[in-house]
Amino acid sequence: MQPEKLSILIVDDEQVVRDSLGHWFTEEGYAVETSGSAGEALSKLASRETDLVIADIRMPGIDGMELLERIKVEQLDTAVIIMTGYASVETAVRALKHGAFDYITKPFDPDDLSVVVRNALEQRRLKLENRMLRQQIEESHALDELIGQSAAMRRVREQIETVAGVDSTVLIEGESGTGKELVARAVHRLSPRRFNPMVVVHCGALTETLIESELFGHEKGAFTGAQFRKKGKFEAAMGGTVFLDEIADISLKTQTDLLRVLQECEIVRVGGTQPIHVDFRVIAATNRNLAEMVKEGRFRSDLFYRLNVFTIQIPPLRDRHGDVPLLATYFLEKYSKQMNRKFTGLDRPALDLLISHHWPGNVRELENVVERAVVVGREPMIRAQDLAVTRPPEGADDLRIESIERRHIVRVLESFGWNQTQAAKALGIDRVTLYHKIRRYNLKPLEKAIRA
Amino acid sequence: MILVAVGDFPQVLLERLSRRTRIPLGAGRMDPAVARDNVRGQYDSTRLLVELKGHYDGVVIGATGHDLYIPVLTYVFGEAEMPGRAAIFSIHRLREEFYGLAPDEARLEERAVRELWHEIGHLHGLAHCRDAACVMSASHSIEQVDAKTDQFCPACRAFVQWGRLQPAADSQPA
Repeated sequence: MQPEKLSILIVDDEQVVRDSLGHWFTEEGYAVETSGSAGEALSKLASRETDLVIADIRMPGIDGMELLERIKVEQLDTAVIIMTGYASVETAVRALKHGAFDYITKPFDPDDLSVVVRNALEQRRLKLENRMLRQQIEESHALDELIGQSAAMRRVREQIETVAGVDSTVLIEGESGTGKELVARAVHRLSPRRFNPMVVVHCGALTETLIESELFGHEKGAFTGAQFRKKGKFEAAMGGTVFLDEIADISLKTQTDLLRVLQECEIVRVGGTQPIHVDFRVIAATNRNLAEMVKEGRFRSDLFYRLNVFTIQIPPLRDRHGDVPLLATYFLEKYSKQMNRKFTGLDRPALDLLISHHWPGNVRELENVVERAVVVGREPMIRAQDLAVTRPPEGADDLRIESIERRHIVRVLESFGWNQTQAAKALGIDRVTLYHKIRRYNLKPLEKAIRA
Repeated sequence: MILVAVGDFPQVLLERLSRRTRIPLGAGRMDPAVARDNVRGQYDSTRLLVELKGHYDGVVIGATGHDLYIPVLTYVFGEAEMPGRAAIFSIHRLREEFYGLAPDEARLEERAVRELWHEIGHLHGLAHCRDAACVMSASHSIEQVDAKTDQFCPACRAFVQWGRLQPAADSQPA
């Protein structure tokens, strides 16, 4: 006897087919429902989970093929078998192309029918099992990369778990290199949207026109170079999460557009007129103080309040020195494995050096330092001399990563005679980012003096 | 519960099935002509269930030598109300001759007794069983009929014994 019944919905406009198939599947031990039309079937499918739909291809109104399409568009999680009155290759190909598990021709051989149904249900079971296992793995590893035993990091992990399940907007604040994207990914992986994509938009790297097209998509011919219609990130998220990194870098105009999307869940592609409904969750991140920017009139207050529903603040590494050995060991294992090297740990002086460092570049800087040490170090231990950690220069201003970056960019620009294309190439960033940074730091060729 | 012949059915086999299952024979023989589909050359089993109920009171099981079908399937070995008071099974596809082999009356009887118990199980409300040896396991081909036994598995037996058609309980195979 079967412990729990699998459910089958038979969709056919002919009563006799519904009755006889219904009875036959009841004998087989399935929980059977029948519908006389595709419309009725869709409302039944919306209200309860159904393992398998067996639908006739020819029905008045919505036919079996359209029913199949709607089931796939709605992402209803059910297997579909199409019944046809007579065999035709075109019909079979169409049905399979549209995602049917199989198609069968009336009248069916009972043995064939039972095999097709059993296979369809088995495939669905495997799919569901696969998803469940993946979910378990994702859940158990979602927070793994957020390493640290400090109270501050424990609080970050607690906050992630709290907010992941609810669908509210999350604002992540933290200095560069603290792991804002990791936190965003953890929130996404623990959320009900985890089976849909998380799309990342690095707002700082895009010019105003580009960011609009990136976020909202564009129609063919919307601007020079728009040769094809392109979906924006909000559409691409398809029910998932949109991670807006460096949100403070978007212009006031884009802020207005973004606010409208958040309020109305609708986008209009650049060059388009039709509003398109979009379903997404926003996680935004910034390394700047948005509240200050609001006061200064550089960030819209209404957008700020929209984003600032739940805030997660990631502490800079210098405020959680206790986590440095843990992180260093984690990166050491990671890169040793990647580069097939056999390091067992860091010696005491190396650890002391790491703990005493100020880490203006936060965890990313630590990761880079350890990665380099794995390359240059001698197995089995990483020693202090393997660590490219510079003693912090005197003066509070010099500790800020911005000032280091600013000086470095000026130096590179100078060496290329302010040719931005060549300088960007040397810096390993794209020209737009460099352009942005020049504007942000207000750099001009006159600043030769700084180099001196 | 009674067992009756529907159209052609060997009287000897009918009597042997009755003895083995301790199900008494009903009076007469039912004419299945009304359920015949002349194009398919087969008999509509669902229609025959209605006819059986019209002809006999109480629980009735029809035994026929004609080929049975339901509209969407090419054939069925049998059909039963689930639960209910009418069932029918056919020996048409249980005969070795159907598969081009020499007649084998002993084998036919073993197959027929399995199908009879199977339909009785359905009458009690039992669906197909996952235990391949259980008489209630699905049989859509002659190989599947041969693969099972004429016994209910413990779970199906308990269901039949405590089910609503108590009279069958004392006539279960040992």
